[in-house]
Amino acid sequence: MEAVNNSVELRRVSLNFGSVEVLRTLDLDVAEGEFLVLLGPSGCGKSTLLNCVAGLLDVSAGQIFIKGRNVTWEEPKDRGIGMVFQSYALYPQMTVEGNLSFGLKNARLPREEIANRVARAADILQIKPLLQRRPSELSGGQRQRVAIGRALVRDVDVFLFDEPLSNLDAKLRAELRVEIKRLHQQLANTMIYVTHDQIEAMTLADRIAVMRGGVIQQLDRPQNIYNRPVNRFVAGFIGSPGMNFLDGRMEIEGGKPVLRLADCAVPLDRYGFADAPADGRDVVFGIRPEHVSANSGMDWPFSASASVEVVEPMGSDTLVWTRVGGQPLAVRLPTERAPEEGDTISIGFDPMNASIFGTDDDSRL
Amino acid sequence: MANVASINTTAAAFDAVADRVEGPAGPRPRRVLSRRNILLYGTLILVSAYYLLPLYVMIVTSLKGMPEIRIGNVFAPPLEITFEPWVKAWATACTGLNCDGLSRGFWNSVRITVPSVLLSILIASVNGYALANWRFRGSEMFFTILIVGAFIPYQVMIYPIVILLREMGIYGTLTGLVIVHTIFGMPILTLLFRNYFTSVPEELFKAARVDGAGFWGIYFKIMMPMSLPIFVVAIIIQVTGIWNDFLFGVVYTRPESYPMTVQLNNIVNSVQGVKEYNVNMAATLLTGLVPLIVYFLSGKLFVRGIAAGAVKG
Amino acid sequence: MSTRSDDRPPFRPFRNLNAKIASVPMILTTMVVFVGGTFWTVLYSFTKSGLLPRLEFVGLAQYERLWGTNRWLIAIENLFIFGICMLVFSMVIGFVLAALLDQKIRFENTFRSIILFPYALSFIVTGLVWQWILNPQFGVQGVVRNLGWTSFTFDPLYNADIVIYGILIAALWQGTGLVMCLMLAGLRGIDEDIWKAARVDGIPAWKTYVFIVIPMMRPVFVTAIVLIASGIVRVYDLVVAQTSGGPGIASEVPAKYVYDMMFSSQNLGQGFAASTMMLLSVAIVIIPWAYLEFGRRRRHG
Repeated sequence: MEAVNNSVELRRVSLNFGSVEVLRTLDLDVAEGEFLVLLGPSGCGKSTLLNCVAGLLDVSAGQIFIKGRNVTWEEPKDRGIGMVFQSYALYPQMTVEGNLSFGLKNARLPREEIANRVARAADILQIKPLLQRRPSELSGGQRQRVAIGRALVRDVDVFLFDEPLSNLDAKLRAELRVEIKRLHQQLANTMIYVTHDQIEAMTLADRIAVMRGGVIQQLDRPQNIYNRPVNRFVAGFIGSPGMNFLDGRMEIEGGKPVLRLADCAVPLDRYGFADAPADGRDVVFGIRPEHVSANSGMDWPFSASASVEVVEPMGSDTLVWTRVGGQPLAVRLPTERAPEEGDTISIGFDPMNASIFGTDDDSRL
Repeated sequence: MANVASINTTAAAFDAVADRVEGPAGPRPRRVLSRRNILLYGTLILVSAYYLLPLYVMIVTSLKGMPEIRIGNVFAPPLEITFEPWVKAWATACTGLNCDGLSRGFWNSVRITVPSVLLSILIASVNGYALANWRFRGSEMFFTILIVGAFIPYQVMIYPIVILLREMGIYGTLTGLVIVHTIFGMPILTLLFRNYFTSVPEELFKAARVDGAGFWGIYFKIMMPMSLPIFVVAIIIQVTGIWNDFLFGVVYTRPESYPMTVQLNNIVNSVQGVKEYNVNMAATLLTGLVPLIVYFLSGKLFVRGIAAGAVKG
Repeated sequence: MSTRSDDRPPFRPFRNLNAKIASVPMILTTMVVFVGGTFWTVLYSFTKSGLLPRLEFVGLAQYERLWGTNRWLIAIENLFIFGICMLVFSMVIGFVLAALLDQKIRFENTFRSIILFPYALSFIVTGLVWQWILNPQFGVQGVVRNLGWTSFTFDPLYNADIVIYGILIAALWQGTGLVMCLMLAGLRGIDEDIWKAARVDGIPAWKTYVFIVIPMMRPVFVTAIVLIASGIVRVYDLVVAQTSGGPGIASEVPAKYVYDMMFSSQNLGQGFAASTMMLLSVAIVIIPWAYLEFGRRRRHG
């Protein structure tokens, strides 16, 4: 066995339901104290993966280690995990206190120890006044706190969150998000968190694993996922409003790579290519709306003039829809500098901030 | 125990990166014949045998001749299969003075069931629709009385209905019995349709009203076509319920128009004559055949009918 | 013009006329048959009606006579034993079967169809089959005796002391499928995350059932009890088919007593009094339930 530096390790884990492959030979290491977010659209296998880690689903092949211990065949209760569910899954006929202590009583812990743990969890989550209430008398946010408390009292190393905030309204979600982050800072436990909400993922995660079709597409720090998405799927999934994608053709002119978009050419010499650019290749050029500027005073590697078609004010920012090379392009501008519909503005961006994907396999060039 | 598992692990191990293959891997080892499975399936198979036993006994008895029944036991399969009991049960078994078998009861039941099912469903569906979409003052009160009324023992209302039907001049006629079935089918069916129509998005109903459709227009053009499954559920409930009825049949009809269940009981439990158990069982099977066919053909919809009856209010 | 709103509109008899026309059968059924008929029967239970209903009041005489009649007392005792056993056994067996079927088993549909099919049959059919199986000469008793155990005795339908259990066997055969079906639906309605949470908490399956799942299924249990209980009071066809109330009057039940008084003995007053007693016993079960169920719903809006 190797040294315990990873809290959770998945080794070539696969899961099939009949002939349907839900997880495909997946490897994943989660470091001690790390906050890892599994992000993806519904049906991508993220919740399934979490259930496998918890032991609620048997893997078809591969191994799972928690704290260096092979737990592939262990029961959930013996894995040293606590889990929080989307639907809270509180036991409705028991009080909050009963919910927190039921598992501990079953494990035949001494009464004193149970009382201590419940008190501590109630303290951390500020649910002390609610201890004698039943779940039906609590608000959604309070219920989710209790559900977190139930994981907390188990005194475990790894917390698993299965879309815990999806049933809450936007305001509560933002509040609890901060609270979960604070909890992580306070406890420094390993946390694996499943969500389809990219904002939750970006704000909470140390690292994000973006999943699709049972495969991890990219596993990286949030900033890297945002700035250097490995393929078009990740690029489109992260960021709101979404990235602009422009179809174009890459050419080498005078030894320098250039992107041809109908009537204009974008110089790409500042773009960090992974491999040497090939002449005449069809590509998709992706640029985030916030990386396009309308400040004509500056000297952008690429600039063009474009007419404004639609203006969408979003409060602090305004989204301005224009066209470049005949293809729609959204530009995110501060509201005070927003143009009117019908205006002609000068737009510019630095291809260094862009992402270029091959049209054949959608992966980053 | 480890054998089953190691087969899985080796398969995974071949293409695994060599770092960690030892120790548990893949699914938890599970034996097909675990103690849990033996207990689980063993119990279910025993229970199923218990539930199927009477059906089996009915079939084998109905295929035996009387001499074989007298020497054998009820569970033994027939040594010599004969269909004579079936023929006799259908065509010549006697009830009192009539000796034309169950066929008379069968056709009586058909004559009772078909109009009763149609009338009760027509009335209850329109009624449920009115309760769901066109509430008026007092409609909920009547509905509550209707549902509570479903729990009143029939015996309390039997005699007043006799008087009512007699006053209307239809006591003892099929018409009278059809009305009785319509009345007593009304609570469950109205509940069924009301709940279903309430679950139809209200926007659809509003859109139709904006388009100028009225009470009957919306019912026939929109609600009825989109609720065929619930009509099928209603038909299943009513066909089995009315076919199986005994009490109303015996109270509200005359002997010559007794439904099949009443006639069956009279054939089997008649005191005179030698008991012909094979004929009795053939007759019993014949009577149970219609609801059984409905049951096995309808499958999940039958269960849905039960669930509909369970969700009160 | 909201037709679904609950606030009371002003009284306008011709508004919404079609809905009212469509509701005429319901209004007639409820007011004339359910309310009127019940009232009529209760009223005439205080009269001296014999062959024909007569409005000649005799106070509680019919009831005194009823409770002095051995046959009625036996019927009540039978109903009581049968009812308690039926409720307990059908609930327990129904729930256990549902829990077994809920173990993600193979052939679930087959097993469910087999357990539920008797429910589709007529009580007459059920009664006659079990009459045959319990036949002492050719049925279970005869078979066991033929196997060599000659003193074996199992003849519930011919033994006045235990005849009601013979009927119970048949009733359970027919009725547990319904309970199983209701319970299975209830179990399927339990949030799967609850089971997962219990597994993570390390709670054994039986404890999860007893302390978490069954309490959560309270409404399903109440519904099943109400359905079974109202069926118990009505039990009539089964007895008629299986034993005709015999041996002697040992398996009489109230519903049969009422029928016989009204249509065979031409003693209408007794029939009315007995049916009023049946109504009373149902009311004792139903009214608290309805109060809890609908009263609570109203309070919660």
